[in-house]
Amino acid sequence: MSPDGSTVMANAASFSQTAAPVIDAQGVNLVFQTADGPVQALKDVSLSIPKGEFVSFIGPSGCGKTTFLRCVAALETPTSGTLTVNGMSPDAARRARAYGYVFQAAGLYPWRTIAGNIRLPLEIMGFPRAEQDARVDRVLKLVDLAGFGRKYPWQLSGGMQQRASIARALAFDADILLMDEPFGALDEIVRDRLNEELLNLWARTQKTTLFVTHSIPEAVYLSTKIVVMSPRPGRITDIIDSPLPRERPLDIRESPEFLAVAHRVRGGLRAGHVEV
Amino acid sequence: MRRTVLPVLGVVLAILAFWYVAAIPMNIREVVTEAERAGASVWGGPATERQGRSAWALAVNNAPIALNGWSQERPRLPAPHQVAQELYQSTIGEEVFSRRGIVQKGEFSNRGLVYHAGVTLGATMVGFLIGAAAGVLLAVGIVHNRAMDMSVMPWAIISQTIPIVALAPMIIVVMNSVGVQGLLPKAVISAYLSFFPVVVGMVKGLRTPDQMQLDLMHTWSASTSERLWKLRLPASVPYLFASLKVAIAASLVGTIVGELPVQRGGLGARMLAGSYYGQTTQIWAALLMAAVLAAFLVWFMGWLERRTLRAMGVPA
Repeated sequence: MSPDGSTVMANAASFSQTAAPVIDAQGVNLVFQTADGPVQALKDVSLSIPKGEFVSFIGPSGCGKTTFLRCVAALETPTSGTLTVNGMSPDAARRARAYGYVFQAAGLYPWRTIAGNIRLPLEIMGFPRAEQDARVDRVLKLVDLAGFGRKYPWQLSGGMQQRASIARALAFDADILLMDEPFGALDEIVRDRLNEELLNLWARTQKTTLFVTHSIPEAVYLSTKIVVMSPRPGRITDIIDSPLPRERPLDIRESPEFLAVAHRVRGGLRAGHVEV
Repeated sequence: MRRTVLPVLGVVLAILAFWYVAAIPMNIREVVTEAERAGASVWGGPATERQGRSAWALAVNNAPIALNGWSQERPRLPAPHQVAQELYQSTIGEEVFSRRGIVQKGEFSNRGLVYHAGVTLGATMVGFLIGAAAGVLLAVGIVHNRAMDMSVMPWAIISQTIPIVALAPMIIVVMNSVGVQGLLPKAVISAYLSFFPVVVGMVKGLRTPDQMQLDLMHTWSASTSERLWKLRLPASVPYLFASLKVAIAASLVGTIVGELPVQRGGLGARMLAGSYYGQTTQIWAALLMAAVLAAFLVWFMGWLERRTLRAMGVPA
């Protein structure tokens, strides 16, 4: 661990003790009523996330990781328990533009240019035209897509489309970034590069990031905190604070610390399965 | 060029050949009767006896006069060249060489097909615009309101099961009794036929955005109208044009049916007049004119579709 990284971690730790957590979940339950009877999607989920953290949620399908993200985004409502985002209810936080959401598919509108797509939330939120242009330019540079604003989505590769969708989520300066398997549909090579870029982006913007993934290396490489979940009912089995420094070159993935964390994640995932 | 022209030409020639062949048995009875009146001896015996014989038998056995069926004054089925001649007479012939035409009088002759096609086109366009607007509005209502979703569609379907020929005179009579005449009643009938494909296509189109797209809109706290204008409507454009092409053809049919009982001009009036006076050639010419008009309207919608989609960034 570099001395530089350790001070950042220490700062983050002292900061989280004084400031209220950005996301605070206490005993959150969510039961879906389906045709086959009730399904417990989230059981007794308690978690608090301090400002500036990069938190990954990992677990098999049906473990509730996406559902938890959707609860934070007020796309689902917990059946019981308390969940606050920036000290507000998720619904109020959404109206206060607390977060940007990135889905697995880029979901760009084919009839809008890349710049037009990024401008869309700004139009809806009523930013003045000149500011829209300035913000679009800024986030395009941020995700390395400067000069592609006038292209249509079909003219870009899958990786570039996903970068554009991240730019769209960043355009209105929310301090939380919610990402639901954003690189799940991309190939390994593109995924590695985007992981590195995402880490850069996170270092520059200091946004609290919640990141859902299926991939253990991805989770360990990106996160300061890893939440391991297991299905039926969806619950948290382990929360791992990463000992890795914030500054992470790609080859950190061969280091013993990295492998130790990955081993613990794998163990947590296996434990979740044994219990079922 | 050659690859498209040859098949089209082939089909046209096949239709013309079939038409000419069909004209022989269709007209043979009149041809034989005329020849008999003129004093020639014909095969098949006296008129009463001929009625029992098949048209083909009469044609084959009276072969020398059978081809007269292509040049009768009032044929049961006019030959293609007779229709073409009538079409020329009632368009260019009427407008250029007649004292009523646009060359002499400065306006289209009310005995010419151009004038009648214009009358029909006007009512068709008004009816189409009403129908398309009503169709889009109903679809927007159906997508946004559950009560409308459950209630409107069954009525829309039932409305299309009523034969328009039965309904058209009623609409005209009812509207006339409240003092509405002329173009509007025809446009209403035309709208009645054209709103339906637009409703069906637009409901489908407005529902194409998937849950993820709607969730994304939700995370930006977009209002229902923003969702409609920025997501649902642009997403539905390809569906809109597919249904508009059907709708504009239906509009034309509706207008023509609406013109049948009124007899105040239009291709429908022209067709019915032709059938009153046994002018089959005139009916066929009007029919052909209607077909040309329909082809033009559908082509125009296709052109508009290509322009719009290109402007929306769809790869050409």
